[in-house]
Amino acid sequence: MTTLDSSKEIQKNKSEVGEHHEDFRMFGLVTFLIADGMTFAGFFAAYLTYKAVNPLPEGAIYELELPIPTLNTILLLVSSATFHKAGKALLKDKNSDSQRWLILTAFLGIIFLICQLFEYFHLPFGLTDNLFASTFYALTGFHGLHVTLGTLMILIISWQTRLNKGRITSKNMFPLEAVELYWHFVDGIWVILFIILYLL
Amino acid sequence: MTISIDRQNENNKSLQPNGWLRYFSFSLDHKVIGIQYLVCGFLFYLIGGTLASAIRIELASPMSDFLPRDVYNQFLTLHGTIMIFLWIVPVVNGAFGNYLIPFYVGARDMAFPRLNAVAFWLIPPSGLMLIASYFVEGAAQSGWTAYPPLSITTPQSGQIIWIISVLLLGGSSIFGGINFIATIIKLRRPGLKLMQLPMYCWAMLGTSLLVVLSTPVLAGTLILLSFDIVAHTGFFNPVLGGNVVVYQHLFWFYSHPAVYIMVLPAFGLVSEILPVHSRKPLFGYTTMVFSIMGIVVLGLVVWAHHMFTSGTPPWMRLFFTIATSFIAVPTGIKFFNWVATLWGGKISVNSAMLFSCGFIINFVFGGITGVALAQVPFDIHVHDTYFVVAHFHYIVYGGTVFIIFSSIYHWFPKVTGKMLGEKLGILHFAITFIGFNLCFAPQHWLGLNGMPRRVAEYDPQFEFVNQISSIGALLMAISTIPFLVNIFLSVRNGKDSGDNPWNALTPEWLTSSPPPVENWEGDAPLVEEPYGYGDPFFDENKKI
Amino acid sequence: MLYKNIYLILIISCVFGISFWIGFNVNLLPAEASINAPIYDELFKILFIIGLIIFIGMSIAVIYSLFKFKRKKDEIGDGIALEGNLSLEIIWTLIPSIIVLIIGIYSYNIYDRMGGMKELNHSHEMISSNTEKIWAGISQASNKDIANINLSVEVSAMQFAFLFNYPKGEFVSGELHVPVDQKVSMRMESKDVIHAFWVPEFRIKQDIIPGQPTILNFTPTKVGKYPIICAELCGPYHGGMRASIIVEEESDYKDWFNKNKKTEVNL
Repeated sequence: MTTLDSSKEIQKNKSEVGEHHEDFRMFGLVTFLIADGMTFAGFFAAYLTYKAVNPLPEGAIYELELPIPTLNTILLLVSSATFHKAGKALLKDKNSDSQRWLILTAFLGIIFLICQLFEYFHLPFGLTDNLFASTFYALTGFHGLHVTLGTLMILIISWQTRLNKGRITSKNMFPLEAVELYWHFVDGIWVILFIILYLL
Repeated sequence: MTISIDRQNENNKSLQPNGWLRYFSFSLDHKVIGIQYLVCGFLFYLIGGTLASAIRIELASPMSDFLPRDVYNQFLTLHGTIMIFLWIVPVVNGAFGNYLIPFYVGARDMAFPRLNAVAFWLIPPSGLMLIASYFVEGAAQSGWTAYPPLSITTPQSGQIIWIISVLLLGGSSIFGGINFIATIIKLRRPGLKLMQLPMYCWAMLGTSLLVVLSTPVLAGTLILLSFDIVAHTGFFNPVLGGNVVVYQHLFWFYSHPAVYIMVLPAFGLVSEILPVHSRKPLFGYTTMVFSIMGIVVLGLVVWAHHMFTSGTPPWMRLFFTIATSFIAVPTGIKFFNWVATLWGGKISVNSAMLFSCGFIINFVFGGITGVALAQVPFDIHVHDTYFVVAHFHYIVYGGTVFIIFSSIYHWFPKVTGKMLGEKLGILHFAITFIGFNLCFAPQHWLGLNGMPRRVAEYDPQFEFVNQISSIGALLMAISTIPFLVNIFLSVRNGKDSGDNPWNALTPEWLTSSPPPVENWEGDAPLVEEPYGYGDPFFDENKKI
Repeated sequence: MLYKNIYLILIISCVFGISFWIGFNVNLLPAEASINAPIYDELFKILFIIGLIIFIGMSIAVIYSLFKFKRKKDEIGDGIALEGNLSLEIIWTLIPSIIVLIIGIYSYNIYDRMGGMKELNHSHEMISSNTEKIWAGISQASNKDIANINLSVEVSAMQFAFLFNYPKGEFVSGELHVPVDQKVSMRMESKDVIHAFWVPEFRIKQDIIPGQPTILNFTPTKVGKYPIICAELCGPYHGGMRASIIVEEESDYKDWFNKNKKTEVNL
């Protein structure tokens, strides 16, 4: 067998294998998100333990206002829906619709981040004021980092969904689906975070 | 889409250098990456071993006279970190996992070759950074556990570098874990069922689950710790209202499973080696699989047994005692099954086999002290003493490192096509086994009688026993010489091994040795019975 | 077949015999100097014997296999094609489970006798307020009532020393003096990093944690001088962080106490 033949042979085998294992990138992403979720789980566990055993020292300020985070929760939930719409549109080959939905999603993400920063600047406590303040900033900051990353990725894929020249089409949905899954994950984490930090 | 990505890989591979240079390249070939892991890990093992020798020289006399005290603490921190994160975890997972798993599942490469290469190339820089921190302002000196507030109050630069490098190594480990899970679950050859996989796949699946579930928690914890050091937050700093015990919980939530991350792959490897050299099927395949998964589940809920003296409430101590004790059951099943695998075989007593049997004996010993340590009242006396040091060296050295050597003797012909010398191999085993037991067995007594761990000076009454231990350490250091000579001689002019010198049935031997770039010339073989050894005319009712 | 069984029984009884002999005749532990120590040694002995039986048994099985089933020169062929044996596997799942369960229950009993499961209460009316969160330590076995504590000591640990504050005498000592056969309760707190209080002859250990006081109760039973060792890495001089506990007759203790105390307080 010449090298050319063997490489063809391999390619043939690969296409068989490829058909069989079409979606294992998604599987890898899910595994990664589980790992990422465990980081948050660690933070949540730490925060809840602090709440249970470490009393707030006298004179320390740790008060949170509800309006902004509630607005943020709504923003993220809506953005999850708009992202879903984008995926649906792309599936029907309506690339420009999809792009519009994506830009709207990114826009919602940016508003979320602005609101978050606004909240940071108007809170009565700073990062090192007390244990709960530190935990608050660490948790929301780590989540904010995820949102920032997600927003950037949405902007990139919205550019890639553009008609004719973009790499993401109804035949190549994976990048969009991956970012969508990530975005829902970040969204879900926020809901848990909102309940634990603000409501409990 | 998949195909186009594969084609890119293909292009990349043709661009890569051939010969030994490819081991220094960003290769996507799982076999090259496996060897990179192994050699890189072994170099770090030599460094970690040098540090251990320095520690044992210091402890040969009761006074702190060989190393300055802070350097001693830096050495023990570096020794622990290097041996765990740069030698055992990368080698027993990364090296053998990358080399063997694609063969075992009948694939041509790992699920994510690029991620795989990234995972490996995170290791050398972070390892070098860790070691370089010693020359900057002194390495971290709070032990590999880095308990605050000590880790907050010791010199900062070393501790921060330690955190960054452990974070990178943790990242590497997670990427590796994702890759293994995806490869084993998704990349199996059509027709190959899960319950037909060689045991090492199951071990790596369990290990990778532990990696994915627990390593991120360590990452989060270390990020919080670095905030405490750099930004003066108070997560773990009691002066600022923090709680030091929370750190210990989060740390051990990773670091206890880390023990299983270090030993489960070894369990898998020994399950491959024993059947081949005793020409018998692996005894009790199904129970082995279930016991691995049992260890994974139990391994996640036993962490607080490292904290019995840290002021944990009684109910917690009770729960963790029972959970920890029960890990002995699945582990015990595995050991009985291995002995049953030996029983009635036709055993080739060679280096690989000797190291594996040494592993069984050492690990049983370490496991027994482990069950004892799980009992709260027992642990309270010996916690943080040399008893614990001896116990975990029996597990990670007597257990895993013995299996790493065993595996090297077993798979060296696969990788190079050359045999390793048996005489030197047996000499290597003898010195390692004697040196190891001489070094660590006496330490149990030291711990019981009042020598705490991590000390540079100790009560003069322990001098004699410590000197015995140091002689054992010296033997262990010497034992690497026959090993390295063996490798050197074999690579220079070793005997050709042929494709399958052991007549093994697991898939990696069903191709040429060394294997071609894409693992198989044609289709991957379907191996439904990886342990189908044994006399086919054997009548079960006649014997035994 | 019959001979085989006899040999097996012979070997097993040898293993048991040797293990029991070693377990009862080899002492690996230091002197017993507190109420906890004999209880601990009882547990140790049991674990030691069980461990020896398993270890010797397994080692014999492995080494025997290596000799008995060794491939002879130029011998070809495989071993027996035995893939498993369900009843055997059930046996070696069940037996370890039962052993582990018994050890667990037994060690719980030991721990209870050491006082580990008891509610911790501390007789520091003077210092600790009710709101203070006391973290668990180990209490200890005593025939007397748990509240019947004869001596209370405040321990503070710092890099790299222990200080013992006798609140009733209002003085601080670098050595811990305690009267023999009397229950001592210590409230321990660290000034900087985590330390641990360990007296090997008493078989007790408790971390001393900054920000969270811990409690350790014990009753010494033997007059003598024993080392107090810090068992948690606490910095460069960790190995040198030691103090002494001096257990003395009550009269000697009172002399020492009266010599050191600053104000007149009735004992």
